[in-house]
Amino acid sequence: MTLEIVSSVLVIAGAIFAVIGGIGIVRLPDFFCRIHGAGITDTLGAGLILTGLMFLSPHWIVAVKLLAILVLLWTTSPTATHALANAALEAGLKPNVDETEEAPSSL
Amino acid sequence: MTYTAGLVTILAAVWLLLSGYLDKPLLLGLGAASVAFVVFISLRMRIVDDEGLPIQLPAGLARYLPWLVVEIVKANVDVALRIVRPGLPIRPRVIRVRAGQRTDVGRVIYANSITLTPGTVTIDTEGDHITVHALTEEAAEGVLAGDMDRRVARVEGRG
Repeated sequence: MTLEIVSSVLVIAGAIFAVIGGIGIVRLPDFFCRIHGAGITDTLGAGLILTGLMFLSPHWIVAVKLLAILVLLWTTSPTATHALANAALEAGLKPNVDETEEAPSSL
Repeated sequence: MTYTAGLVTILAAVWLLLSGYLDKPLLLGLGAASVAFVVFISLRMRIVDDEGLPIQLPAGLARYLPWLVVEIVKANVDVALRIVRPGLPIRPRVIRVRAGQRTDVGRVIYANSITLTPGTVTIDTEGDHITVHALTEEAAEGVLAGDMDRRVARVEGRG
């Protein structure tokens, strides 16, 4: 019973973050900003839903598989996001920003 | 040789965890055959090295990943709140920072960590500099502060 409550809370929280990510894609002003909205759905949305499902696993091996899905998602989604953003940049789309700055090289 | 042994161990572990079979000789035999086949192909492709199979990383990653997950959750909550707020309080910026990692694997981990954290996306890499699009002033300053950069450099270790 407790497990079901914990699981429900996590899955619902994940769903809320996924929806907020979707709202972000609509509300944010330009392409590069919208990517940040999609990032919420990718990371915490999917992460919380999968973690919530782990609590309902009938067998530990199912939890391991869900963890494997999470690891795969968290490794591939930034790569895909970067490919998308870099393709847009290469195609000549300029981010709508106030200023570009150089960081002081440290280390 | 170490890398081949490591690859065999990892493939066998993944096969066993995904299948869950421990007492079916036929299936275990087929699993062993597929592991052997993958190792053969990987050796032929010459990708069994410190980059294809970074066995030097897990020790550092074990310390880095919990910190990263906490950072991702904090950044998620921050960006989510900004998105639902009526005034949409964002200030997009593009910044260029130096990635202080020694290896390509290290730089990939750093660039992917930045992208994985909402509010910052790596949009370009050239040599050891990466260009980051930040959604807010705070996110940009977080990257400029270089905390994550140093932590990833610690992951790849010195040697």
